[in-house]
Amino acid sequence: MPSQYFVPDPEGRVPDAAGYFGDFGGTFIPEALVAAVDEVVVEYDKAKSDPAFAAELDDLLVHYTGRPSALTEVPRFAGHAGGARVFLKREDLNHTGSHKINNVLGQALLTRRMGKTRVIAETGAGQHGVATATACALFGLDCTIYMGEIDTERQALNVARMRMLGAEVVPVKSGSRTLKDAINEAFRDWVANVDRTHYLFGTVAGPHPFPAMVRDFHRVIGVEARRQILERTGRLPDAAVACVGGGSNAIGLFHAFVPDGGVRLVGCEPAGHGLETGEHAATLTAGEPGVLHGSRSYVLQDDEGQITEPYSISAGLDYPGIGPEHAYLKDSGRGEYRAVTDDAAMRALRLLSRTEGIIPAIESAHALAGALELGRELGEEGLILVSLSGRGDKDMDTAARYFGLYDAGGGAATDGSVEADAAGGTAEIEGDAT
Amino acid sequence: MSGNTSGDTSGNTSGNIRLLSDTLARAKSEDRAALIAYLPAGFPTVDGGIEAIKAVLDGGADIVEVGLPHSDPVLDGPVIQTADDIALRGGVRIADVMRTVREAHAATGKPVLVMTYWNPIDRYGVARFTAELAEAGGAGCILPDLPVQESATWREHARKHGLATVFVVAPSSRDARLAEITAAGSGFVYAASLMGVTGTRESVGTQARDLVRRTRATAAGRGLPVCVGLGVSDAEQAAEVAGFADGVIVGSAFVKRLLDSGGQEAGVAAVRALAGELAAGVRKR
Repeated sequence: MPSQYFVPDPEGRVPDAAGYFGDFGGTFIPEALVAAVDEVVVEYDKAKSDPAFAAELDDLLVHYTGRPSALTEVPRFAGHAGGARVFLKREDLNHTGSHKINNVLGQALLTRRMGKTRVIAETGAGQHGVATATACALFGLDCTIYMGEIDTERQALNVARMRMLGAEVVPVKSGSRTLKDAINEAFRDWVANVDRTHYLFGTVAGPHPFPAMVRDFHRVIGVEARRQILERTGRLPDAAVACVGGGSNAIGLFHAFVPDGGVRLVGCEPAGHGLETGEHAATLTAGEPGVLHGSRSYVLQDDEGQITEPYSISAGLDYPGIGPEHAYLKDSGRGEYRAVTDDAAMRALRLLSRTEGIIPAIESAHALAGALELGRELGEEGLILVSLSGRGDKDMDTAARYFGLYDAGGGAATDGSVEADAAGGTAEIEGDAT
Repeated sequence: MSGNTSGDTSGNTSGNIRLLSDTLARAKSEDRAALIAYLPAGFPTVDGGIEAIKAVLDGGADIVEVGLPHSDPVLDGPVIQTADDIALRGGVRIADVMRTVREAHAATGKPVLVMTYWNPIDRYGVARFTAELAEAGGAGCILPDLPVQESATWREHARKHGLATVFVVAPSSRDARLAEITAAGSGFVYAASLMGVTGTRESVGTQARDLVRRTRATAAGRGLPVCVGLGVSDAEQAAEVAGFADGVIVGSAFVKRLLDSGGQEAGVAAVRALAGELAAGVRKR
């Protein structure tokens, strides 16, 4: 029986054998890692066509992760989106609370096949770190997670979760002390310990084969959602919307829809304090082609190729790079990418919480804000599919400070009214922030 | 603003690849290893860095690698990360790196290479970078995150401008891979003594000798010298490596002396002295 949930790209048009998606991708790595990365290429290729691998991964995805994930229609939320119908693909309901577990279980099985006993990973929001620590506990692997020091502070709950699961969490103090620097430090560890260590990369970036392999492990998101929305509505959506940091949940959602020309693929990048302020992490909107962390893609950089420090309220999107397949989708015109500010994302977070009883991760809230905009553009006939990539528990401290939800001295309060989006003006819920 | 315009205004001024090869050949004829030093440009300041590099060459280094600092030096340990950070916060630009190369070469007549990560060159424009480096008197480049399979464009421009392409090999490199690298590289091969990032170590890994032997076997037809770096920091280690390699590369130990010194004058004296000690070491094989 073909696997239901491990559904790698059946067409395999991109990347090519050298790992290129058009002009983007490739393998820009130190020589010390070439043998290890080659081994991942070979082992993944073997695993992909091994029914035993697919069967074991399928079993985990069903009985451990809880796939398939639900597709939830959110009419009260959609009332603020110009009357369009909105469905959420509920990756937040997976075990560990985000889409990240899809990729992690696949690579953990691969780690075991390669005979390696130690796993390292980077994490921004901590969701990939938690998923990795979880899989390592499950498989009995040693686990070290690198996390920018700023992120260990704003995502303290996830640090505690990883340590509870038995992982070592290393706060990274170099550079901007966020996701980019966590990846730098993980690469340094990998170079020194590659014999027994697999770098369980958490997004669709990095050297070949990671962009294609991580995409394949997440493809199930779009494959399920496509089937579910057809069953529920009898048609394909007008747009599939996802947040993009490195871009893993977005590629996972988009990929099954790439051949469906009528489905717009809309990635929502973090505009932080606003593109004009320079304080953002909107790599495809404001970056230029370059090489970072092993592949060619768009990069936030200055005119001499120094990587510039990104900013987003969302730790998981606070990254100056982007997976090469997104660069390819952008340049080919198949994908469209728009930037969503911190404020718009936070408004969408609160709106979904109060209209539907679902608290999304701040990352996913960027996609929700994008969906609100799109809904107004599409009007009442619109049908929008959104990847709800993670749940918001980890973000409650940030949200409480942002909205002034703590009783006293908890941080800057904002006013109590909830606006879906000031520009649209269609939606306003009166509410007391406390 | 595009960084990718060619800006190739210097015609075909040849870089100093020949000088590099001659320098390594002369060391061999003297029955010793060459001493290759590394210091980043712009550290602690552009002028201070130039002074330190000249002192290292005067003090006994045969060849110098000038680092072009990068915001994300994934192959460097804490010492060089710190120096890069100081240089970048000081506002170092590629024009400053070129000036450093020019002045170091002009003052000493010795070969000067640039070592950096790929993105700064990619962004600046390969044609423009190679033309300017050759014009400044540079001898070539070491680009540790540009593996041979991604290097065709770079090599084409480097060859056109008489610049060496020094590839890194690692203990994990298999023989077939070594053959591919030695066939594509020029100047010399940089053999990483161990699996890890830059930084001083207590001892030189035992893997280095084996790697040099395997690399030489694949490079036999070309006579490409094999120089060893990573973790070498004192005269004793230099002498040990000189026993089996064509060159000894020392970086973090120089940077550390500058970081630890009380000021510019003391720092320059300290790196000059270290170059002298290491130069004696490479003659003790």
